[in-house]
Amino acid sequence: MLTQHFPALLVVVPLMAAPLIVFARRSLASWLIALLATAVTFGIAASLLAQTLSDGTISYAMGSWEAPLGIEYRIDAAGAFVAVIVAAMGLIVMPYSRVGIATEVRSEEHYLYYALMMLCLAGLLGILVTGDAFNLFVFLEVSSLATYVLIAMGRDRRALVAAYQYLLMGTIGATLYVIGVGLLYLETGTLNLADMTTRLVEVGDSRGVLAALAFITVGISLKIALFPLHLWLPNAYAYAPSPVSAFLAATATKVSIYVLMRYFFTIFGSTEVFDARATGTILLGLSLAAMFVPAVVAIFQHDMKRLLAYSSVSQIGYITLGISLDSVEGLMASAMHLFNHALTKGGLFLVLGGVVLRCGGAGFDRLAGLGQTMPVAAFAMVVGGLSLIGVPGTAGFISKWYLVSAAMHEGQWWLVGAVLASSLLAVIYVWRFVEVAYFRAPPADHPAPGEAPLSMLLPALAMIAGCVYFGIDATWSSEVAMRVAEVLMYNPGVGQ
Amino acid sequence: MTEDIQLISLLLTPLVGMLLLALAGRWPNLREAITLITAVVLFSESLKLAADVLGGARPALTLIEMLPGLTLRLAVEPLGAVFSVISSGLWIISTLYSIGYMRGNKEKKQTRFFVCFAGAIFAAQGIALAGNMLTLFMFYEAMTLITYPLVTHHGTDHARNSARTYLGVLLGTSIAFLLSGLLATWVIAGTLDFRQGGILVGHLGATGTALLLVLYMFGIGKAALMPFHRWLPAAMVAPTPVSALLHAVAVVKAGVFTIVKVIVYIFGTDNLMSLGSADWVPVIAGFSIISASIVALRADNLKRRLAYSTVSQLSYVTLAATLLAPISIVGAIMHIAAHALGKITLFFAAGSIYTAAHKTEVSQLDGIGRRMPWTMTAFSIGALSMIGLPPAAGFVSKWYILSAAMSLEHWLAVGVLVLSTLLNAGYFLPIVWRAFFREPPSADDAHHDAHHDAHHGAHGEAPLLMVFAQTTTAAMTIGLFFYHEPVLRLARAVAGAF
Repeated sequence: MLTQHFPALLVVVPLMAAPLIVFARRSLASWLIALLATAVTFGIAASLLAQTLSDGTISYAMGSWEAPLGIEYRIDAAGAFVAVIVAAMGLIVMPYSRVGIATEVRSEEHYLYYALMMLCLAGLLGILVTGDAFNLFVFLEVSSLATYVLIAMGRDRRALVAAYQYLLMGTIGATLYVIGVGLLYLETGTLNLADMTTRLVEVGDSRGVLAALAFITVGISLKIALFPLHLWLPNAYAYAPSPVSAFLAATATKVSIYVLMRYFFTIFGSTEVFDARATGTILLGLSLAAMFVPAVVAIFQHDMKRLLAYSSVSQIGYITLGISLDSVEGLMASAMHLFNHALTKGGLFLVLGGVVLRCGGAGFDRLAGLGQTMPVAAFAMVVGGLSLIGVPGTAGFISKWYLVSAAMHEGQWWLVGAVLASSLLAVIYVWRFVEVAYFRAPPADHPAPGEAPLSMLLPALAMIAGCVYFGIDATWSSEVAMRVAEVLMYNPGVGQ
Repeated sequence: MTEDIQLISLLLTPLVGMLLLALAGRWPNLREAITLITAVVLFSESLKLAADVLGGARPALTLIEMLPGLTLRLAVEPLGAVFSVISSGLWIISTLYSIGYMRGNKEKKQTRFFVCFAGAIFAAQGIALAGNMLTLFMFYEAMTLITYPLVTHHGTDHARNSARTYLGVLLGTSIAFLLSGLLATWVIAGTLDFRQGGILVGHLGATGTALLLVLYMFGIGKAALMPFHRWLPAAMVAPTPVSALLHAVAVVKAGVFTIVKVIVYIFGTDNLMSLGSADWVPVIAGFSIISASIVALRADNLKRRLAYSTVSQLSYVTLAATLLAPISIVGAIMHIAAHALGKITLFFAAGSIYTAAHKTEVSQLDGIGRRMPWTMTAFSIGALSMIGLPPAAGFVSKWYILSAAMSLEHWLAVGVLVLSTLLNAGYFLPIVWRAFFREPPSADDAHHDAHHDAHHGAHGEAPLLMVFAQTTTAAMTIGLFFYHEPVLRLARAVAGAF
């Protein structure tokens, strides 16, 4: 049966598409291959999610080599959930890219763009599906290397610096992670994550384990862009080609957050991470700082892409805050926001991509009067912005609802105030855009652009509509998020 | 099934209206006809609903399950019926008025204006019909956002800055306080439904209840309890029909409506009475009443004076609701209706003066009653209602509130009511006196005015539609004094007593 190979195919399909695209070379052909590959990948991810939700964890021995000799692929509801987000984002970005990169990437490099997007997709999905700590590192590097190049493709020369900055920070992060994995291997003698989990219990308290936890946490936090390790992110998002910004904003940091959750709750076990150590408190402090400092910085930006990037760092704080609560409710709120924020920020960057195409930039001087010149895009930005604030009727509200009630369940009443106060900062930075778009006259040299082409506008609007849909009917998303939290927390399937 | 359609159509009617209005933007006559028809249809639906509720029906409908265990739900009870009728009924009249005003002043972006106006009414209906606190909160926030383009209508820097205050206070209070209160209620009580007697009974002690009440009282910023009242005078930058229907009726009444709703159906009056957790609210409300009146006394700008009068009158409702006696609840609900009619009349008159005479300050109004007798007569009736004198509706509600305060021997409330009546008289009667009994400024007196008049020509009454609108609401203000039986019966059903 083909379905039993789905965990492998999830990675193999985009991975194989990349060299095919390089052979095809021509822009249109590359695009068609990429489109087909992402569609298939999304189908596989969706079916894996359905399967894991009904049957639980799926284990797959790569090349029929059983673990611990071979590499095990292991996917459960949590991994499949994030995989669906990643694959769906890929599927939305692909139709968008055709026109989206036309002006932002040189035409002789189009095939490279598609190939690298495929590699990035393969890497991200690999992280989610693999059951092996070192293999995870490999996929982390596959996706990261692809990302560095994708960012560097940006038209602005500063994109090179941004990519270089991310390259340095990302490499440091990956190195720290691999050192952590090495230490764990030393302590447990295995790289298989499920084995490692059971053996860590036997090893018990040791300096090696503690050091591994520290290395892995800091390494992954760099990839998450957890405050104050976020310095690479604003530039990377601001100067990358628009579809890349959208794709990364919705997926890259989210996958790293998944890895952190996996290590914290499944592999080390929440008692080790939260009760025996101060990890929870540190994470809580950093999350709070993330919710406020970058939000204030966002208020003072003059470029919409940078504003959204800082907003992302701030919103990541909500997700890690949920993790730091160390409860099923908190984890569920995190999973929920992971999904909702991917939807919101992905949608916003997609809308912005169309605006950049028409207005020639995302600076506020270019966006002035957008409410007149591109009314649909401006309105979509406002709706997405409302979701960032967490206005009821948008996806962001649902996240906030669960995060605040999780804090209340833990008796952390003061966190309620912190979360809501930080939403007020979001009101301010979102309203900066509103006032620029609706109260300023369009720039004099503005070529009266009109809306973005439909191939860009429709995917963008679909995501913004998703923000509203998942804000009103959140039963499905919250039930899945609850399952994800339970899987991560209670860890069924380990040792079976 | 028919009940479901009845409820849903109350929301769909303004929504469809919005859509058609947006499509008909190019043809002003058609557009205005659509607004008017939508308003009439909505009002008739709303009346039908109120009649059913009077007959004992309590239609309810679950729209969608938003989160596991939490639904978006509509459920009508008498208070909601009152609010629905008031907002939809006055929408008709203010539509007529708006048409006169917008054309008379040659305002720009009239389509956006009418679309957002319908949107605000949609939100008001949603608030009126909401079956649980979550649904109410959604429409409450929607109302803030949809009225934002109305406040910023002129697009000037002044409008933008005022709208910042407007949005900042309303969104800020609702996110920081109301949402936390809502979530705390959900975590503590496990439900957000509105139930007779409240849902918090037995779940929370006196201190906890008092803290939660703080979140609600200040979180419902639309009720303009001090110190969160500044958005209301800021909103006066909007065109006058907006101030009239939204910032004297729909938006602010949504605020005090929510307060009454929360007191009666979330906390429960008996529960609050026995815990004593609401004792502090009348003090704050009393302070709001008096200090807003003093500000109004000193305001020369007519709309600003009216706005502070609204701040003060809204706190009457809050005060009455938190006296917690059945008769005071009746007074609170009566006052929602009475103040709506009186204050919309006052704003209509202010808009008429602006349109016909281009005057905005109280000090410019000398002798204006001779040129605009209809307008100033309507204004005087509205003023009577604000002061609480017969034969205006304000007397009835004040009577109920005062007798509740007397029978509870709540002397602070009694004192506040008496003092504020004097203050109301102090800032309204001089306007009436100026308008009718002082000589109009002669040409030598004020060169500026002479120039002004030369520029605009000698003015008479405002456009006919506007005069018609304000005369109608003035007549209704008096009408409600003589015939308030249905409102009273609905109010009694809410208070659940006598």
